[in-house]
Amino acid sequence: MMRGKGYFFKWYVALFLVFLYAPAILLPVFAFNDSSIVSFPLKGFTTKWFEVLQSTEALHVAVRNSLMIAVTTAIFSTIFGVLAARASTRFAFPARRSIMGFIMLPMVLPEIIIGVSLLVVIIQLGFELSLFTIILGHILICTPFCIAILSSAFMNLDRSLEEASIDLGQTRWNTFWMVLFPLVMPGIVASLLIAFTISLDEFIIAFFLSGTEPTLPVYIWGQLRFPQKLPSLMALGTLLLVLSISLLVLADYFRRRSLKKTGIENSGGFL
Amino acid sequence: MTKPIIQLSGVDKFYGDFQALSQIDLDIRTGEFFSLLGPSGCGKTTLLRSIAGFETPSAGSLHIDGKSMDGVPANKRPTNMVFQSYAIFPHMSVAENVAYGLKARRLPKAEIQERVSEAIFMVGLQGFDNRASHALSGGQRQRVALARALVLKPRVLLLDEPLSALDKKMREQMQSELRRLQRAVGITFVLVTHDQEEALTMSDRIAVIFDGKIAQVATPQMLYGMPSSRRVGNFIGMMNFLEAKILGTSGETVEVDVQSLGTLTLPLSQAPGGVEGCQSIGIRPEMLTILAEGQTAEREIEAVVSEVFYYGDMTYYDVTLPQKDAPVTVTMRNTAGRKVLAAGDTARVGWSPVSLLLLQ
Repeated sequence: MMRGKGYFFKWYVALFLVFLYAPAILLPVFAFNDSSIVSFPLKGFTTKWFEVLQSTEALHVAVRNSLMIAVTTAIFSTIFGVLAARASTRFAFPARRSIMGFIMLPMVLPEIIIGVSLLVVIIQLGFELSLFTIILGHILICTPFCIAILSSAFMNLDRSLEEASIDLGQTRWNTFWMVLFPLVMPGIVASLLIAFTISLDEFIIAFFLSGTEPTLPVYIWGQLRFPQKLPSLMALGTLLLVLSISLLVLADYFRRRSLKKTGIENSGGFL
Repeated sequence: MTKPIIQLSGVDKFYGDFQALSQIDLDIRTGEFFSLLGPSGCGKTTLLRSIAGFETPSAGSLHIDGKSMDGVPANKRPTNMVFQSYAIFPHMSVAENVAYGLKARRLPKAEIQERVSEAIFMVGLQGFDNRASHALSGGQRQRVALARALVLKPRVLLLDEPLSALDKKMREQMQSELRRLQRAVGITFVLVTHDQEEALTMSDRIAVIFDGKIAQVATPQMLYGMPSSRRVGNFIGMMNFLEAKILGTSGETVEVDVQSLGTLTLPLSQAPGGVEGCQSIGIRPEMLTILAEGQTAEREIEAVVSEVFYYGDMTYYDVTLPQKDAPVTVTMRNTAGRKVLAAGDTARVGWSPVSLLLLQ
C-alpha cells in the first residue's frame, strides 16, 4: 500500500517537471536546428540563427532599451521598497494597514487595466510615450514585490540591534548604513533581481506605453508575424533562458554567502 | 559613594490609557550595584529604557550626573546598555563589535585597538577577537555585550535581564563575574531582573516595583528581613502569613491578636511599613523550628505535619497550626542526628516574637 502510493507520487512529480520544463528545453533544440521551419524531425546542427541575431540592429536596440528599463526599474523599485518596508515594520502610523494594502494592490490588479489607465493618464497629461513612461509603469508593478521581499527582511531584524547601535553613540543615519543595511542586504539583492526580471519580460504595460522604442518582449511579439524569423527567436529565447538561470544561481550564491556570514539558518529563501 | 548619579523624580509613563510608571522617585548612588526587581510587566524595563533614552517619560524629571536628560537622545547619554538579547551585531567579529562605540566617537585607531583588547581581556575573551559573533555561546555573547558597553567607560551601565537567557550554571557563574567586574571598574550598574535571588546576591540596593510603583528601596538584608508590605515579603523569598488584629498601640509597642499564636505585644520597629492598616503577621519559614525531643524554644505551639518535602540538605515541612486552615511552611536543615518527620506526625513548632513582622 505504502509502496504503491510512493510510486504514484514519483510519477506525478516526474510528469509535473516535464510539463514545466519541456517547452523550455524545446527552445535550445530548435535554436540549433538547421531549418527555417520549427517542427520535428530535426534537420541538422547549425549556429546560423545566433549569427542572425548578431546582425539584427533592431534587436540590439530593443535589448539595450530593455536592459536600461530593467536596471532603472530595479533600482527605483528597491529604493521605494526599502523605504516602505522600513516604515511599515518599524513605525506605527495612522492607517498603516490600509496604506500598505493600497501600495500592494498593483500586485493583483490585471496589468492590462494598469496599462490602459496609465496610457490615458500620460496622454491626458501631454507626455510623449517613451522609455521613461515604461519605467514609470514598471516601477508601479515591481514595487509591491520589492516591498513584500524587503518587509520580511526588515521584520526578521532584532530591533535591539538598532537600539544597541544608537546606545553605543552612533547616529540614526549611520546606524542604518552600518547595521541595518548589511543585515538586509540579501533581501535587497533578491529585490533587485526580482524587479529586474519582472521588468525585463513584462509585455503588456511596455506594449501600451512604448512609443517608437520597443522593449525586447515588444520586439519579439512584433517579429512573430514573420514565420521565417521564428528560428532566430528560438535562439534569442535560448540566450534569455541561460541568462535567467545564471541570474538565479548568482542570486542564490550571494544569499547563501551572506547567510553564512551572519550565521542565520538557511530557510529556503525567496528564490 | 553617596552622591546620586541618577535622580528620578515624579516620573510617569503612559501608553495610551495604560500607566506603566507612576510617580517614580528614585536616587541611584554613584558606584553602586542597583537592581530594579519586580514581576514581569511591572514597569522595571520601561524605567530602565527611560534612563537609557529609549522611552520618554510622560511626566517628571530625570537627571544623570546632575544634568537634566530632557531632550537628550540615547546616543548622547552617559549610559550604555546590555540588552536582554545581547544585540551582538551578527555581521561583525568580536573585536568589531567591541570597537563599534569607539569608532562612533572617532577615536584614533591605535587607541581603539588598545582599548578593545583591554576590554576583551577584562571579560575573559582573549583569543576570541576575530571570532565571528554568531559562532559564540550564550555566555560568550553576554561577555561581548559587556565588553562593548564597558569599553566606552560609561557613567552608568544598564543591564536588562542579562542572565535570563543563560542556563542555571552559567547564570551563577556570570552573577559573581558581574559583581567582580562592577567592583573592578567602579561603574554604577543598574540591573533589571525578575529573579529575586539574583537581585539579593548581586545588589548593593534593590528597588522592588509593583504595577509601575516603587514598593520599597532597601539593601538586600533589609528587604528580606524588613519587607515594608505583605506583597514585598511574599515576592522576596518565602513568607508565612497569619491573620492579625491590632488591639491598640501604646508608646513604642503595639498589642496584636494573632491567629493561632494569641495576644502579643510587639515593638513598633517590627512593623516596617507602619502600624496603620496592618492585618497580617509575617514570619519566614527558617524562623520557625521543628523542635526535637528535649529541645525548647522561647515560644512553642503544637502542630500537625501535613506534607514533607525532602531536599537532601533541607527539609520543607507544611504544618497545620490550630485555628488555621492553610498550612504554614517550616524549613529545617538536616543536621547530624536530626530525625525527619513524616506526614501525620505531631510536631512542636518553636518560634520567637522577635522574628514576627506586622504587615499591611
